[in-house]
Amino acid sequence: MKKLALYFGIGVFFGITMIKSEAASWFRIYEMFQFKSFHMYGIIGSAVTLGILIIQSIKRFKIRSFFGEEIHVPSKDKLIKAPLFGGVIFGLGWALTGACPGPIYVLIGAGYFPLLVVLGFAVLGTYCYGVLKPKLPQ
Amino acid sequence: MHLLIDPWPWYIGGPAIAAVLLLLLLAEKSFGMSSNLRTLCTMAGAGKKTPFFNFDWRKQRWNLVVALGAATGGFLATNYMSADEGVKIHQDVVVQLNDLGISDAGKNFMPEALFNVEVLSNPKTLFLLALGGFLIGFGTRYAGGCTSGHAISGLSNLQLPSLIAVIGFFIGGLLMNHFILPFLL
Repeated sequence: MKKLALYFGIGVFFGITMIKSEAASWFRIYEMFQFKSFHMYGIIGSAVTLGILIIQSIKRFKIRSFFGEEIHVPSKDKLIKAPLFGGVIFGLGWALTGACPGPIYVLIGAGYFPLLVVLGFAVLGTYCYGVLKPKLPQ
Repeated sequence: MHLLIDPWPWYIGGPAIAAVLLLLLLAEKSFGMSSNLRTLCTMAGAGKKTPFFNFDWRKQRWNLVVALGAATGGFLATNYMSADEGVKIHQDVVVQLNDLGISDAGKNFMPEALFNVEVLSNPKTLFLLALGGFLIGFGTRYAGGCTSGHAISGLSNLQLPSLIAVIGFFIGGLLMNHFILPFLL
């Protein structure tokens, strides 16, 4: 229960961040793909720069988790076609709806209920991928 | 600047996202929001026929709780931490969107033409939202992650597949934004 409260709290902080930084706004995503503002690039760039420092520090200094365990940072599968083809397909949907999976939940909570349609079809899209996976180039 | 009411500049938003990554790592989890879509499929029983969904979804319960928290955070920030909903995008973009029929650019957080509840009775807009959702769900799982899993977690961990995925995100995003969206709106 304590752990679930922790995950919930992290989620709340993430949700507030998505609204307050405007990263969940369709307008900011549109503007980003028009290269008209540094805002989104600043957000992603500074998050990744700090992220690299965080993960390198965890590995180098063997920082332990809240529960005293060693922290395992998972690697991504060494694939080329799947991240490229999948990435392009996701990018099309991202620029259309202005939402990636995280902001979908945030925006539904914020009261933009048409995002429920996006969520429903995102689940359906994931299901279709799962079914077609053996036939797709990886 | 008032952090509670005013929108955050990028140099607060970016580090806040890095803090989410750090907190999840310290909680022995990884930052990746699209995994929940797979979990929802499994909960609906997709594992019976398709091996890709055949796993114990209870192990992913923590991530559903993060998503529930995210929705709660979205509710709190929108209702109690925002004075002005207008997103101050570049004036050129406002003019361009006005030409495309998005009249509330610069005035709202989300365009009413796409996300007002009334669109639920508009077949064309419903189709666009459904299409976008499908592409998001299919693409993220094929790519093995989304903006959080690849762009933030993966790039931070210097993963080559994540760099390839992010390049893919931008190829798809630029195609939609510049060549397809103008005909859809």
